[in-house]
Amino acid sequence: MDITGILLIIATTLFFPGIIIRIKSILSGRKGPGIFQPLKDIWRLFRKGAVYSETSSLIFQIAPAIYFSSVLAAISFIPFGDSPGLISFKWDFVCFAYVLALGKFFMIISSLDTGSSFEGMGASREALYSMLVEPAFFILMGSFALLTGYESFFEIFRSLHFGSYVSYAVGVLAAFVIVIIAMTENSRMPVDDPKTHLELTMVHEVMILDNSGFDLGLILYAANLKFAMYGALIANFFLTPGKEWFYSIPIFIGVQILFAMTVGIIESFMARFRMNHNPQFIFAVTSISLLIFLGVLFVTGKFIAA
Amino acid sequence: MIKHIRIKNNSTVSLWDIPLLNYEDLLEQSISLLQDESCHCVNYFGYPHRDQLILICCIANDREHLITISSSVINFNSVLPSFTHHHLAFHLFEREIHENFGIKYSDHPWLKPVRYPFSRADKNSRIENYPFYAIESEEVHEVGVGPIHAGIIEPGHFRFICDGEQILHLEIQLGYQHRGTEQLFLKKNNLLQRTHFAESIAGDTVAGHTTAFVNLWESLCNYDAEDHLQFSRTLALELERIAIHTGDLSALCTDIAYQLGSAVFGRLRTPVINYFQRWCGNRLGKGLIRAGKNNYPFTKQLGDPLKRLFDEYERDFIEMYDEFKTLPSVLARLEKTGTVTKEQAASIGTVGMAAKMSGIPRDIRVSHPHDWYERMNHEPVIKHYGDVYSRTQIRKEEILQSIEIIRNMIKSIPPENKKRKELSFPAPDLFGISLVEGWRGEICHCAITGENGNLVHYKVKDPSFHNWLALALAVRNNEISDFPVCNKSFNLSYCGHDL
Repeated sequence: MDITGILLIIATTLFFPGIIIRIKSILSGRKGPGIFQPLKDIWRLFRKGAVYSETSSLIFQIAPAIYFSSVLAAISFIPFGDSPGLISFKWDFVCFAYVLALGKFFMIISSLDTGSSFEGMGASREALYSMLVEPAFFILMGSFALLTGYESFFEIFRSLHFGSYVSYAVGVLAAFVIVIIAMTENSRMPVDDPKTHLELTMVHEVMILDNSGFDLGLILYAANLKFAMYGALIANFFLTPGKEWFYSIPIFIGVQILFAMTVGIIESFMARFRMNHNPQFIFAVTSISLLIFLGVLFVTGKFIAA
Repeated sequence: MIKHIRIKNNSTVSLWDIPLLNYEDLLEQSISLLQDESCHCVNYFGYPHRDQLILICCIANDREHLITISSSVINFNSVLPSFTHHHLAFHLFEREIHENFGIKYSDHPWLKPVRYPFSRADKNSRIENYPFYAIESEEVHEVGVGPIHAGIIEPGHFRFICDGEQILHLEIQLGYQHRGTEQLFLKKNNLLQRTHFAESIAGDTVAGHTTAFVNLWESLCNYDAEDHLQFSRTLALELERIAIHTGDLSALCTDIAYQLGSAVFGRLRTPVINYFQRWCGNRLGKGLIRAGKNNYPFTKQLGDPLKRLFDEYERDFIEMYDEFKTLPSVLARLEKTGTVTKEQAASIGTVGMAAKMSGIPRDIRVSHPHDWYERMNHEPVIKHYGDVYSRTQIRKEEILQSIEIIRNMIKSIPPENKKRKELSFPAPDLFGISLVEGWRGEICHCAITGENGNLVHYKVKDPSFHNWLALALAVRNNEISDFPVCNKSFNLSYCGHDL
């Protein structure tokens, strides 16, 4: 058991959103706020009290805390190089996905709890996209389980990179899939526009319109944690086991920075999708996962045998 | 029997020369005039006079460059057959007459409040009991947006009836911004105050509304504006068009989350409005246009920087627009979104961009030219698909066209006449009309003077008045998440409608 991974993920949240905003600012010809500005905003929210509407119930008050803790719990599954996460057992990636889903479920019912017609709309969109993105994640992890012959995050990542060139190609494809999953799950471009002020076009933001103060701070910080968590998953594809910490930590940080920059660049140079194109886009991610699955079948020889 | 009088834009007619018809004859005549495609109703309003209501109907013929004026006298408690029953474009005019004077219509399909004026006939009709259209069904749901806008621009309430993500119906309720503008024109006797009101009708159409007001005022005073005045008004109108269109392109990019376009078009708008500041000390052009005078004469010293400004502007603008129009993710959002067909646009009588996008060549600069436009051979930009992308293209092409117009204009700046004639007072018992093509479309101001030359009635019509309904039609069967980009592509005025 090693908490280096968790500490690194938390360290990443300090600069991750700042880098995205800075990249977007620079690319649109502005100077932009400091790297730590998003974090300062969250800190400001943490020092505020929350306002609750009279029509909402207990669900609305506890949901942000449950959401936040579900993300924290999910992070404890993530291994770091050759050390396992805080929690590690067979098929832990299934548990990982559903711990995240539990948090999301509470956010969805809490937004329905407000009784606003906007938030119901956002909840329905969020539920749909999470549902569509799920197969992509499971096919991806299932393929790796097949490739390595192991069943947990830690063992899968530890035994990776010992195959042929095909497995490196699979690694790059997998990183791509995780990036898209992270963008979808975090409601970023091109699926959702986090900057918009137009309630009718929002997905995630419209669900949290009624949240304020400390609760809003928790939700925003949980989004940062989620980004860093997916970044850590990507980094794990490139952390060759057995390397010393002075290699693996810079690789980890480097991958996270690259990931943040990619997000910033994507968000600068394209328009977001029309809402009804989003499912197609997410299905495309699932098909890339299937491609990885086929690649793995080739590598392991199971395809020919069948 | 056709009884009407035909006048040119910015001219007046004695009240006693406007033929007075039976209401039924007025109805029949107006409907038959409108069967000609080149005719449309520019204004139709009631004016109370000695316990009776005089209805004045102004129908513009775009081909012959004339405006047909005819009128009728009715009693306040009459129940009338509606024009709307025959021609939908009248629906708001008649709703307004109904709201202001309590005239009842027997066959008006949509007799709802317009803007809740303080002097409305039915004081029980209040903003909170607006009769919204509703569908009783388990499958559809309603989404109410506003009256506070997410971007806190101006208030308006939008009620959607949706089937899942698809919009079946949108009803737009306005009136939150009503300030009693038309009444203020009558209450205040000072010309400067009235000019200020004209400047404040819609903050984004300062040049448009002020030009309409001063042209109308000068025609009531029988004053011929000299070249120099006409020149600067036209220049201000075109500068305003460029500035607002550029800002709209930036806002469209923001709505589809295309950051680069949003930033670059936003930056390009700034030098144009800053030029207004340099010219007259106000970035919106307030204070520039005055009846019978010009406090900020346009000189060659102002012309040279303007030419340099547009040389730089045009280069960057074209580069950005080329990038914008070749990006698949942008086109996917704009094309075939929010379509209004030519039939729909013609039947509800849209004006300006909302007409030109659907192939209706309605442009006052050609049909009823005023000021410097009389010397130009203007060609309106016409598109045919009526979607968001058409409206975007019109903006781009009109910007480039306006730059060309300004370049040609500043080649020969007319000198200022220092010894110009003094503006006199309006003549008594006149009816005057002024049409101006603002950036949003046709602006119409009408005025009636009384026995001693005082204003007794003033009527303002912003292009948004007709066009809001086009937005409601455009979003039908679209996704609700495409509403903001449709709305922005029309960019209609709340306060211009609410007055």
